[in-house]
Amino acid sequence: MQAVFPLFFGALLFCTGIYGVLARRNAVLVLMSVEMMLAAVTVNLVTFGSMAVGAGDLILTGQIFALFVIAIGAAEVGVGLAIILLLYRNRATVNIDDADLMKY
Amino acid sequence: MFWSDWAITLTLFTPLLGALAIALIPKRSEHAALPVALVVSVLGFLLSLGILAGYDFGASGLQYEVNIPWIEAVGANYHIGIDGISLPLFVLSYLLTFLCSVYAYHHIEEPGNPKAFLALMLLLQTGMAGTFIAFDLILFFVFWELVLVPMYFMIGVWGGPRREYAAVKFFLYTLFGSVFMLVAFLALRFTAGTFDMIELTQMGQAGALGLTFQRLAFLGVFLGFAIKVPMWPFHTWLPDAHTEAPTIGSVLLAGILLKMGTYGFVRIAIPILPDAAMDYAPIIAILSVIAIIYGALCCMAQTDLKRLIAFSSVGHMGFVMLGIATLTPVGINAAIFGMIAHGVITGMLFFVVGSLKERYHTRDMATIGGGVLQTMPKMAAIFTFVSIASLGLPGLAGFPGEFAALLSAFRPAPGLADDGFLTLYRVLMVLAAFGTVLTAGYFLYMLQRVNMGSAPKRWLNAGLADVSVIEWGTWLPLLAMTLLLGVLPFLVWNITTPDVTTLLSYFTG
Amino acid sequence: MISDYAWVIPALPALSAVLIMLFGKHMKGKGAEFGIAALGIAFLLSVFVAVEVFSANVQAVADLEEALHSEEGGGGEEGETEGALRPGQSVFDGVMVATTGLDGLRLAAEGEAIEIPEGISSFVNDDSVSLGTLGEGFELEAGQRVDGLAAMMFLLVTFVSLMVHIYSVGYMAGEPRYTYYFNLLSLFTMSMLLMVIANNMLQLLVGWELVGVCSFLLIGFYWEGRSNQSAAQKAFLTTKFGDIGLMVGVVSLWAQFGTFNIAQIIDDATHGLQAGGQTLDNGWLTFGLISLFIGAIGKSAQFPLQTWLPDAMAGPTPVSALIHAATMVTAGIFLVARIYPVYQQSQAALNVIAIIGVITLFAMGFLALVQDDIKRVLAYSTVSQLGYMVAALAFSYTAGIFHLFTHGFFKALLFLASGSVIHAVHSNNMEDMGGLRKYMPATFWTWIIGTLALAAVFPLAGFWSKDEVLAGAFTNGGYTGTVVWILGGLGGFITAFYMARATTMTFFGDFRGHSGHSTDGSVGTPHESPRSMKWPLIILAVPATLIGLINLPFERFHPTGFSAWTMFSLEYFEGHPAEFVVPLAIGSTLAALLGLALGYLMYRRYREPARDPFNNMGLATTVLQRKYFLDDLYSGVIMHTIRDRISPAIYWMNDNVIDRFVYLAGSSTRALGGGLYRVVDQKGIDGFVNGAGSGASWTGGLIKFAQSGNVQFYAGAMFIGVFVFAVLFAAAA
Repeated sequence: MQAVFPLFFGALLFCTGIYGVLARRNAVLVLMSVEMMLAAVTVNLVTFGSMAVGAGDLILTGQIFALFVIAIGAAEVGVGLAIILLLYRNRATVNIDDADLMKY
Repeated sequence: MFWSDWAITLTLFTPLLGALAIALIPKRSEHAALPVALVVSVLGFLLSLGILAGYDFGASGLQYEVNIPWIEAVGANYHIGIDGISLPLFVLSYLLTFLCSVYAYHHIEEPGNPKAFLALMLLLQTGMAGTFIAFDLILFFVFWELVLVPMYFMIGVWGGPRREYAAVKFFLYTLFGSVFMLVAFLALRFTAGTFDMIELTQMGQAGALGLTFQRLAFLGVFLGFAIKVPMWPFHTWLPDAHTEAPTIGSVLLAGILLKMGTYGFVRIAIPILPDAAMDYAPIIAILSVIAIIYGALCCMAQTDLKRLIAFSSVGHMGFVMLGIATLTPVGINAAIFGMIAHGVITGMLFFVVGSLKERYHTRDMATIGGGVLQTMPKMAAIFTFVSIASLGLPGLAGFPGEFAALLSAFRPAPGLADDGFLTLYRVLMVLAAFGTVLTAGYFLYMLQRVNMGSAPKRWLNAGLADVSVIEWGTWLPLLAMTLLLGVLPFLVWNITTPDVTTLLSYFTG
Repeated sequence: MISDYAWVIPALPALSAVLIMLFGKHMKGKGAEFGIAALGIAFLLSVFVAVEVFSANVQAVADLEEALHSEEGGGGEEGETEGALRPGQSVFDGVMVATTGLDGLRLAAEGEAIEIPEGISSFVNDDSVSLGTLGEGFELEAGQRVDGLAAMMFLLVTFVSLMVHIYSVGYMAGEPRYTYYFNLLSLFTMSMLLMVIANNMLQLLVGWELVGVCSFLLIGFYWEGRSNQSAAQKAFLTTKFGDIGLMVGVVSLWAQFGTFNIAQIIDDATHGLQAGGQTLDNGWLTFGLISLFIGAIGKSAQFPLQTWLPDAMAGPTPVSALIHAATMVTAGIFLVARIYPVYQQSQAALNVIAIIGVITLFAMGFLALVQDDIKRVLAYSTVSQLGYMVAALAFSYTAGIFHLFTHGFFKALLFLASGSVIHAVHSNNMEDMGGLRKYMPATFWTWIIGTLALAAVFPLAGFWSKDEVLAGAFTNGGYTGTVVWILGGLGGFITAFYMARATTMTFFGDFRGHSGHSTDGSVGTPHESPRSMKWPLIILAVPATLIGLINLPFERFHPTGFSAWTMFSLEYFEGHPAEFVVPLAIGSTLAALLGLALGYLMYRRYREPARDPFNNMGLATTVLQRKYFLDDLYSGVIMHTIRDRISPAIYWMNDNVIDRFVYLAGSSTRALGGGLYRVVDQKGIDGFVNGAGSGASWTGGLIKFAQSGNVQFYAGAMFIGVFVFAVLFAAAA
């Protein structure tokens, strides 16, 4: 199988994620976009992992790394949603343009 | 030997311990400081007499010598000792402090506070005595600077109306000079590799120090010592300091402090830097004679009694420096005698003037208005006696030093004569002799204005008390010494001659 | 030998000075008894010493004569040669000592030097205790040199001092500072004797200065009055000015001969040697000797430093008699005589002495003519007589000191007599006197004796000594000597004249009394003085009359008289100092008598000063009354300039230049510090520090906008960054 297809797919997914992160105002959507970027990275990892050729041994580093990323991504979504939930409770909005407490 | 090892150290630090003891006296019983100071100063004086008694007069070189490492990091040693040049000044300093502590019973200027005053006086004593027995440049410098602080406070706290100005001027001017002196000391250290004055003297006389270096170093020490002496034109701190200082401060200032400068010339500048001394001697001689004539003329213009005596010191120290500038044994002996005599006589003059001021509440001769012979005959008689001694009457202490200085100026060191300075020195000698006439002139003029004539009415009934018992006690030793040293100058010269001869062997042969 | 104890003579008054100081006030005689007792003993001792010294000297001369006779007798050519001695003739007959460049005794007839045999010498008791030495010949000695000169001075000083002590008991009675007065008298006598006895120049200098200060204290004895204070100061400062010369001279001789010892200086100088055996440098010697003589000019009131002596009359009159007539003022003459052989080595120095002496003796006599203060008349006559002595020394040692000796007696007598008058009338001014001969006969007659002696009337003391001076100058002084002789003779006439004037104004005519010059505001009633004052006058009148006889200028009294007694040494023995030239003697006596007569006749009818002819001579009177303007020069110009012009100027300079420099150094340092603080420190260094802060803040202000707080902005930036790095890495790869 040509590696270019999954890599192209990963890049597409990543760019969609970036667009979502930068363009959306809804925090939930931004978080989802971040997840999309993570997924893109996971796709890349699996792709490159399957390409790696050892000396007769099966190398699964990329795949295992992907599992880690999925697990951490799940945890991250949990934390992220909790933050957004708290933000909503405090501000009654999830528009991230309003969350500029760290502005100069 | 316990005594020969510890004598000087013990004598030196007795006043310091006394000062500490006085500092511990509680404020409410501060008058207890008087007897404590008296006991301490008597003890110090007796110890110094003990040193005198145990001194081997025929020998030259250091006696009671102690030389142990002190600050090893810089190579400074606790090197002390005493020789014929130090001994008379050393003993004199203890005598004067002792007499001052007696006089303190009679009078201490406003604001009183004997505790602080006497503690400072004793601290001063340690500094003065230490200067005369230190044989390490750093040790010498420490004692030299130690003297400044108590004198600064004496003038600044117990002084007259312009005391702050005078005290600051005294402190800064002297410090200014000593900085250059310190630089020269350090230069000596880095060139010759030691702070030890004995070793340096040996090196200097052996020609181990280059001429250019000597000249530069001499300028440094010259500035330090010349300001202290004070030589013309570095003298202007002196009248202010003397005028404002309390009586005891004036006595110690004139009696001992000024001698530290001339002592420095004799002990450090000339033996360690002999070639430079030879070069600069004519200039020093010229400055000295200017000081003699100039001091006398300034005295004539004075209306303030204390200022007059202060200016007379300028002239008298001119004679001392003239003796030194001849670089002959006679001249240096004359100088040392002059220092002792000036210490005794001018110390005494300041005592009398201080007592006059205490009674008349003024130092202005016009306000006193003459007639002290009427109001206080004994005081006036003492004043006349001391003035006549000061103007150099033969048979009294002022004469031998002055005459010997003139004598040596007529025949300066062979090296100076070879350099063609003989005529200069002889002319200077005649001018200095003329200075003695001017000196006589202003003293007589002063006596006329203060002692003679009829006393103004306001003083006749003012109940002015003649010389008190304490004053007699303070003054009699000095008056006796004035007479004794005048009749038998060799009481001093027999002590100094061996060491002076050794010290000047470089110039004489 | 009693002369071994000559040092006791000065020690006695020293002892009495101490005793008076300690116990004087509590004694019955208030201290006077100590002084009188001490001086009495000292005088006796002086007599014994003098007898020993004088007889030894006479013996030495006799021995020499005998030795020379036997030598002549043994020689082969005696009898025939012109210069040989006849049997019985003294070698000293007609012996004349060359005035200068002495190389020993000469026979006048042939001018040949006589060799003095070994073992014969004049009397000298030279002994000293060393007080220590500094090397280079700087030795301090307490010594005595007893020879003819010293013995003569002992006699004079102790005798006059004793008389003055006794006299003062009466004169100073009732004086509140009586004890102090006697203390000073003793102190003075001690100092004078200390100087006379000196065997070294340093001791001489010490005594010299001490008499000066005693003189100062005694002149200023009545210190309440301003003029007395000034007089005392003037005396001290003027003589002190001369003392510069003395000091330079002593030091110069020390530098040349390497010693202070008088005997050694004389020995070396006469042998033409100086220190280290080098040949004598005559130029330096002359310098030293003239310097010494400047000291003598000051002390002996010679022109041009004589102005202090008349003013010194402000002191009590007995003091004037002792110090300012008989003893201290002769110190200068004594100084020259003390080292006379050294002076003989320098004709230049002797010429200076002659010139100064003759100016003084001639010019100062005139000043006495316009004085109305009796003591000032005497003072000017003292100055003038001192001039005679000084001038005499230029030609003859004996003549100088002989006049010193006789003058001491008759001038002391005159002063004490004037004191007696002053005591009676309470005034110094001759206006207040007149006709006193009736009231005080003893004073009058003793005064007359003194006057005749001073005027040099035959056969009183002054005649013989002044004749010796004039004859000596005439016969062996050459050109200068002739000048001295002429002016000296004229001076004798003037002396006689002003003494007659003073005598007439004081003792003749009627008592005038009340012209308001009184010393204490009261007018005295003329009366004879008490015994303690009268007897010293009478005793002093004896030597004033007779003392000249010890040196009669006739051959049969030689060589046993004064010139032998007081000879310096046999080498300098003037067997016959000056021939007695009868016409000269008669001439000078006639001049004196003429002066006396003229003075008496002119002032016989004296009434008031306005009609005094000497007050009506126009310019001449002004010159005389202003004392040749010397006082104006000294007090008005020199003193005034130094004290009131130069001193304040120098002091102004001290305060405004030198001290201002120090002050400026201080204040400019302070200003510099201020400038440094404000400009460099605050603006520069601290400015930099502050600038660092504000710069950061400014930059921060610019870039703070990056801190939008917008997460997406951050994320975008991050992506851009990552993208840029990715591109860079890609390019690098």
